[in-house]
Amino acid sequence: MNATALPATQDAAALPRLSLERITCKFGPYVAVDSLDLDIMPGEFVSLLGPSGCGKTTTLRMIAGFIKPSDGTIRMDGAAISSAAATLPPEKRQMSMIFQSYAVWPNMTIGENVAFGLKLRRMDRETIAAKVREVLATVHLDHLADRYPAELSGGQQQRVALARAIVIRPRVLLLDEPLSNLDANLREEMRYEIRRLHDAFNFTTVYVTHDQSEAMVTSDRIAVMNKGRIEQIDAPYLLYTRPRTRFVAGFIGRTNLIEGVPDGASVRFDGFSLPRAAFEHGGDHFDDTVQLSIRPQSIALRRSPPPDGAVLAIESRLVERAFLGESWDYIVAPVGSGLRLRVAAVPSELFEVGDAVWLVLDPQQMMVVV
Amino acid sequence: MNRQSLAPGLDGQEAGIAARPAARGRGRVRRSFRVEPWTLIWIGATLILLFLVIAPMLRLLISSLQSTDTGAFTLENYVIAYGNQRRLIGLGNSLLYGGAVVLVSIGFAVPLAWAVARTDMPGKSVVRATVLGAFITPSYLGAIGWILLAGPNAGWINRAWKAVTGADTGLFDVYSFAGLVLVTALYAFPYIFVFTADALDRVSSEMEEAAHILGMSPLRTVFKVTLPLVLPAVLGGSIIVFLDTVALFGTPAVIALPARINIMTLQLWQFFEFPVRAEAAAAYAVPLVLITMAMLALQRLILGRKGYVSLTGKGGGRHHMALGRLRWPVLGLCLVVCSLAVFLPYAALAQAAFSRAWGQGFSFANLTFGNFAYLFKEASSRQIILNTFTYSAATACVAVVLALIVAYVVSRRLVPFGGVLAGLCMAPLVVPGIVLAIGFYAVYSTPPLALYGTAAILVLGFTTRFLPIAFANCMAGLRSLNPEMEEAVRILGGSRLLAVRRVVVPLLKKSLVGTWLLVFIPASRELSTAIFLVAAKTRVISVMILDLSENGSFELLAALGFFLLGVTILIVLLGYRLVGRDFLLRKA
Repeated sequence: MNATALPATQDAAALPRLSLERITCKFGPYVAVDSLDLDIMPGEFVSLLGPSGCGKTTTLRMIAGFIKPSDGTIRMDGAAISSAAATLPPEKRQMSMIFQSYAVWPNMTIGENVAFGLKLRRMDRETIAAKVREVLATVHLDHLADRYPAELSGGQQQRVALARAIVIRPRVLLLDEPLSNLDANLREEMRYEIRRLHDAFNFTTVYVTHDQSEAMVTSDRIAVMNKGRIEQIDAPYLLYTRPRTRFVAGFIGRTNLIEGVPDGASVRFDGFSLPRAAFEHGGDHFDDTVQLSIRPQSIALRRSPPPDGAVLAIESRLVERAFLGESWDYIVAPVGSGLRLRVAAVPSELFEVGDAVWLVLDPQQMMVVV
Repeated sequence: MNRQSLAPGLDGQEAGIAARPAARGRGRVRRSFRVEPWTLIWIGATLILLFLVIAPMLRLLISSLQSTDTGAFTLENYVIAYGNQRRLIGLGNSLLYGGAVVLVSIGFAVPLAWAVARTDMPGKSVVRATVLGAFITPSYLGAIGWILLAGPNAGWINRAWKAVTGADTGLFDVYSFAGLVLVTALYAFPYIFVFTADALDRVSSEMEEAAHILGMSPLRTVFKVTLPLVLPAVLGGSIIVFLDTVALFGTPAVIALPARINIMTLQLWQFFEFPVRAEAAAAYAVPLVLITMAMLALQRLILGRKGYVSLTGKGGGRHHMALGRLRWPVLGLCLVVCSLAVFLPYAALAQAAFSRAWGQGFSFANLTFGNFAYLFKEASSRQIILNTFTYSAATACVAVVLALIVAYVVSRRLVPFGGVLAGLCMAPLVVPGIVLAIGFYAVYSTPPLALYGTAAILVLGFTTRFLPIAFANCMAGLRSLNPEMEEAVRILGGSRLLAVRRVVVPLLKKSLVGTWLLVFIPASRELSTAIFLVAAKTRVISVMILDLSENGSFELLAALGFFLLGVTILIVLLGYRLVGRDFLLRKA
């Protein structure tokens, strides 16, 4: 499942809106972005997700034209807009951007802020007024057009930034951690708002965030970045259920990483083994020792061994527990094993520390990661 | 999911800035290399900087190594400059003078700053206002006030002393080394006061309470904890005072010259008396520049050690130390300093300004408004007043615009050599005004740019001299501005120039007005640069005051001084209204 390798048809409709080819950015000896490839189709919403320092903001700023790549090319609709040799300045890219600080100009009213980009496009006064009214209504700020930003709350300023960015109908909309300065409730609300606006206007969007749930709510595809590279790019559901690297498995949600050794018809783990055929593709892609990721939600706990033996159950002991409100967090140790597995269970599945339990693992949900 | 192609109208057709990049292909990228107006602006600013800063300094250095007659390379100017015991003594005296002024200033400033910042002394606002008064008093004017107070025969203090005690000689002769040091320190100590009070304001009371809880008495705590914490600030202010003093021209010209005390800046001036030996002056000035550079490096080193001063904003409130019965005596001591710096000399100047002859004392017959009337009736003095304020305003405008452009280029890293540009803007800081003037004289008194005698050379000289103030303030303003504000303009299709015009300048309006005033005020009283660059038609108030003091016309001088002070106070008040109370006494 490699979504970066989109079918290479020459059909104009399939031409990516944005295409990053071997994009590299160095600051002195430090490589911030390392030979990154990424295609974004028209109308697509792609998030760049990763820990701080992974190069996601640098990538976004190269797309915007604020930073010149050290190597590689960025194309928009097939035309080169950035390369080490020449870079189209941001003002000529017909993009817009929402900044972490909102960057709403405090010396202009809300209406003036929103109208700024339209005035630059030399539209007539009535058109501008109509468009400003319309977009402010979309973000529910139509009653505040004559106020100054200082009189608005953080959430409202955020909406002004959003309105100002979309009113010019950008070819690409860029968002740089736009919600990181909002409080938790507002942040959650704005995620859905951003997705709704995208569904309404269909802008090609690149969204930078370090918050996985933000990326999951908003995006068509998420590119998980680490150390200047894309580890995996996939739809949110696939990213969670089928992580391809240890980093992705650990960064998106929580996981258990366990080591398995293929041994004839079974796969040996520390203290137990599972039949090889039960794994995806019959486990035929296991060559040597493999790392497997299994989500705490994919493990079930039983009080007694399943009677018929049809289900693979491993005798274990419960060693730690914590109640998180939405679920129990249990740490379970298989008997005769050094492993400690994290298991999530619904609040009604109550176990005590020291209880003997049987772990039920589904090999189909155990993903090989590198 | 949402992968259908964009609806028409969402696709740049409405955008109207440029057609689809795809239609033009790769060529578009190359075309963006067209020179932006912004690029021309900063290249222009860089050239102006070279013209203002590098040319005079380079010329000074070259002149010092050239023979007066032939222009050949020689070291003889250094021999002339230093091969003379008198001039070596002048150098030594200057260093002694600087050191003594620093010690006396610390004696004034630190107790005052401590009393104002950390105790419950009454009347703090009066003390602060008076220190501000001393700060905005041109030191040469204060020195003349002290001539009226402590001239050996006619000075008010000495006359009163003789009358009361029946002694033959006065109490204190201002025409002495002690007089020179005292008078200079009275108008230099506000620098140390500002640095120290600022640092004391930031020292958390928890620091002192930690000492109290371990059993240290309040007074010992002041000496063992509080003052050591602000020592770097005191030293930082002291270095500025030292440099200012060593480079000072006005006060020495009115006090040291009649007292026949030989110091460096006066020597420099004498090189320009007939026969003019500009090359020897240049050679004599070079060590002054080197001393300044070394001291400023030292200051950076001291103030750079942040860990020493606990300038954390957090951690407890600031409780004022209760002085108890000592409150009034402490205020009394503060008021003594205030009187010496402001109340007494201003009283003496006021008396002179409204007198026919100041020595005749306070009588109705002696009272006149004639001195002020004369200033505004006489065409030459009207011209001088007009010159002063036009040149200062022009200086402030040029300096602010130039500093803003360079600060923008530097802070937004638009060029790889930004550090060099910043260095050029700050470089005049290491050049005493009198030396700068000599450099300007050397470059711009001969063709191709024979500016000597024009207003332009004064404005350019003042601009160079006060460029560091303007630059430091513009940098601080720009640092407070999130670059995303400008990036938002650019991504929406506006050029960098538009971003500066529509966002940066409006947002920094207050700070730019403050910067303008911070240049205008010192430019309106600048003496040491002006003295070498004025011609008959371009004289300014500071130069006229010096001339009047040589002629002994203290009544007219006092009136002119009061007028200058009045205008300054008006401008300071205007600044308070426009920019806020702290704009002047802020550490730059």
